[in-house]
Amino acid sequence: MSENIVSVNNLSVAFDYQENFLAKKQKIKAVNNINIKIKKGSFFGLVGESGSGKTTLGRAILGANKISQGNVIFHDDEKDYDLTSITSKEMKEYRKKAQLIFQDPYAALSPRMTVRDIIAEPLEVMKITNSREETDARVRDIAAKCRLNLEHLRRFPHAFSGGQRQRISIARALVSNPKFIVADESVAALDVSIQADILNLLKQLQEELNLTYLFISHDLSVVAHVCDIVAVMYLGHIVEMAPSRELFSNPRHSYTKALLSSIPSIDPENKSKAIELQGEIPSAMNPPSGCVFRTRCPNPTHDCKEGHIEMGLIEVSPDHWVDQCCVNCG
Amino acid sequence: MEISNKKKEAYYTATQMQLVRTRFFGNRSAMIAGSILLFMIVCSLFSGFLSPYDPTIAGRDKNYENGAPQIPMFWDENGFSPRPFLHTLTKYRGADTNFRWVYKTDTEKRRYVYFFVKGWEYKYFNYNINLPGEALDFKIPGFTFDTHLFGVDEGGIHLFGTDKAGKDLFSRTLSAIYISLAVGTLGVFISFVLSLVIGGISGYYGGWVDSLLQMFTDAIRTVPPIPLFMCLAAFAPLEWSSELRFFFISCLLGLISWPTLARRVRTHLLSERSQEYILAAQMCGASSTHIIIRHLLPSFTSYIIVDLVISFPYMLLSETALSFIGLGLREPVNSLGVLLQNATKADVLLNYQWYFIPVFFLVVLILTFVYVGDGLRDAADPHKTKN
Amino acid sequence: MSHLLEINNLDVKFDTDEGRITAIDNVSLTLDQGKVLGIVGESGSGKSVTAKSIMQLNPGNTIYNDNAEIIIDDENVLKFTSKNDLKKIRGGKVSMIFQEPMASFAPAIKIGNQMVEQLMIHKPMDKKEAKNISIDMLNRVGIADAEKRFNQYAFELSGGMRQRAMIAMALSTMPKLLLADEPTTALDVTIQAQVINLMKDIIKEYNMGVIFITHDLGVIAQVADDVAVMYLGSVVERGPVNEILKNPRHPYTRGLLNALPDINNLDAPLQPIPGNIPSPLDRPSACVFRTRCQNPSHDCKEGNIEMGLIEVNPGHWVDKCCVNCG
Repeated sequence: MSENIVSVNNLSVAFDYQENFLAKKQKIKAVNNINIKIKKGSFFGLVGESGSGKTTLGRAILGANKISQGNVIFHDDEKDYDLTSITSKEMKEYRKKAQLIFQDPYAALSPRMTVRDIIAEPLEVMKITNSREETDARVRDIAAKCRLNLEHLRRFPHAFSGGQRQRISIARALVSNPKFIVADESVAALDVSIQADILNLLKQLQEELNLTYLFISHDLSVVAHVCDIVAVMYLGHIVEMAPSRELFSNPRHSYTKALLSSIPSIDPENKSKAIELQGEIPSAMNPPSGCVFRTRCPNPTHDCKEGHIEMGLIEVSPDHWVDQCCVNCG
Repeated sequence: MEISNKKKEAYYTATQMQLVRTRFFGNRSAMIAGSILLFMIVCSLFSGFLSPYDPTIAGRDKNYENGAPQIPMFWDENGFSPRPFLHTLTKYRGADTNFRWVYKTDTEKRRYVYFFVKGWEYKYFNYNINLPGEALDFKIPGFTFDTHLFGVDEGGIHLFGTDKAGKDLFSRTLSAIYISLAVGTLGVFISFVLSLVIGGISGYYGGWVDSLLQMFTDAIRTVPPIPLFMCLAAFAPLEWSSELRFFFISCLLGLISWPTLARRVRTHLLSERSQEYILAAQMCGASSTHIIIRHLLPSFTSYIIVDLVISFPYMLLSETALSFIGLGLREPVNSLGVLLQNATKADVLLNYQWYFIPVFFLVVLILTFVYVGDGLRDAADPHKTKN
Repeated sequence: MSHLLEINNLDVKFDTDEGRITAIDNVSLTLDQGKVLGIVGESGSGKSVTAKSIMQLNPGNTIYNDNAEIIIDDENVLKFTSKNDLKKIRGGKVSMIFQEPMASFAPAIKIGNQMVEQLMIHKPMDKKEAKNISIDMLNRVGIADAEKRFNQYAFELSGGMRQRAMIAMALSTMPKLLLADEPTTALDVTIQAQVINLMKDIIKEYNMGVIFITHDLGVIAQVADDVAVMYLGSVVERGPVNEILKNPRHPYTRGLLNALPDINNLDAPLQPIPGNIPSPLDRPSACVFRTRCQNPSHDCKEGNIEMGLIEVNPGHWVDKCCVNCG
């Protein structure tokens, strides 16, 4: 029995893109050769800006995006599920064990269903409960855990604020008793004071229900606070991965360093300017060859700049992985 | 100002439809238009009861052709009467009127108006079904009534005047409104079913199915409607009975106007399909049927109702236009277009202005539909946006 | 010395179907030339409405109170009703940049044409001169290949570039006052850093007064000289940014600071502010924060104490109610 709950091996996800009816079909690699092992009970953070592929990766792990290369294996207590060769019966079981929390609390809830129906829907679709009483009991139980009152269950989503809606989303994700949750920018759309509330709730639920989280975010400070391990993505590749304390005190990749220095400090006396990265994020349709970061690296070696050095993670200290190219540069 | 807790709770637990209804009732212009529309629809449904005379040639008043409207009075120089009455009219033609027939009023002889009088028969749900083969023909008897709201004992009472043959314009207008609405309803229904199926498949599956169906839809849309109508309507043989013709025109209207509605259905589906809550349901493994019934259909019920109401005026106008040119419904069937046909001569404009009364009703009918449709659309919209 | 901008006793209410909603209650702020005033608040705090009131951009159902004054350069702009007077403030003396750069630019008109059009409305000049100034501004904000970008459409630029172009457009008329409404919220964090650096340089160079609206306290710390904290339409604390962030007196400000994840102190727990932000329809009377205050005095909880700012330290104003509680 593995200590990991999810193993991602050499995963690539590519999308077909055709500009118009007559143009040539192109493939855009949103996620490129990713290797991750998520331990049971951990809070794994995935950080990146737009175009980094973090959402695509999260959804591929859940089976919502088609895998082009490599595989994703989910290690349950009894058996392993390989997403590239999963049968539809196994897929149904997998869906009960791995769920997704969405970003936008306003779009993720159907405005025409009561809260009780929204939370109960997974139970009914996946046929987990057999009677209405059982469903109701389950719904009430999980709603209480997410700090929703009984009278909230009869109301419609338009009655709730952003933070409350996100709690309803969380309740819906948890009602099928999953082991693994992907939280895709789940606090990005919330006010700061509510954000803290939801993060605390997630941590509390993790302890109570023995969950493993894959937490996707663009906000480094949030990730730093709640996650055990953090992976930084850029243009479909992981450029650095380490336990969060280690990553934030000792970043090795130039991109990570630039990201960290970009976070505006609360201390007004600390007016140091951020490390400015040159240029814009390249388009995913035409990524730079070799090291994808070479167009913006502040200090590339000659070989790297020419595109000769391929990407690949190497371990620079225990559990701290950095892309080999940038260990030598930056 | 603190809103009471009960009201707040009512707001929180209100379903989509209830919220739409509340918003609609708060929209004054829509409510006024809606009441007028409802009144007209009810009047048209009871057109038999309200009309003193048969709107077809059978009910014509030979003694009062091209007659001006007669409004019942309560008071004249001879005194007050609680029962409304009319003066007697006699036909007269002479040199002083250029040998045109005019009517002279005799203010001494009164004719009183009575209510709930017996008159010509009108039927509901009376159908003759002609199926191939004599044995299968049958008749649905339906209901027959002969009571009317008002009438006079002698002479005629023509609230809107009469036309050239002596047919009562009031009765004709009422039955015309009924026929126009019926044709419109049937047309909208056919159009709705077609667009739901085609737009639905197109919007739900996307991809090449969508492209193909869209090309087909656009092809139909690009054909100019009036010539197409004229062309297809001209195919209808003259021998067809008026009922068959009625059905045929409705089908035509439905078949020509479904592209617009189909496009709207498709757009709604495409935008709803990419909503995150749909994805959430899919990630639980929900089947297409579940998603369509539980999520997609309820989501655009309000929009479809709005679209239906808004497409009504176009149906009405199309039918009116067709009948006006003579290609739609014909005598003896009345529709607003048929009535308008009579109003095209200069003669009418100069002498018989009451022929234009149906125009007023057509305009009111269309305007009320438009206002109600707008009100519904405003009421249905707010929920998609963030608070 | 007169201030560049003075807002006195501003009340803004909206007439909606659900009733009269108070968006802003008795807000008074001042801003001097060359300084940056940060307005911080969460959703429903009224910060955007305040900025829009300065430019009179609020929707038609807005009701301002009679004794409110918004004085820019000694003129009370709330009294302006004619289009010509409003033109002077909108884009002329006052420029605004918005959160969503795609919303600022008309999608079907080239950027260059929009910039030139804006310039020519406000200043008498010919097209050639306007074009030169615009290209110069695009260069100044760090857009490479400014001539080429001048002839492009908004959708051809990336998010960061669009925001810079919007800044260029706003600055080209040399406004005295710049209103920035969440200009960096929609940007990636590395792009945000670039844009903030840019804004700091430009503010120094042009010596403008800037009102910077955001919910991000970190950005405020880096950019602003003074900060005003708003909650549900009222200013609850106001003062120099060093003072407010180091020594917050209002429980809401303290709560905001405690709720923030601090990258330098990863062990500190995140403390949310208890309760929920009341809906604007449910605005508490008297002290608006009393429903969430951790330690309200009895009088305050009952709603007996009215709001009002008092000076606790030189330049540092706090709502009097919460000085005693929390």
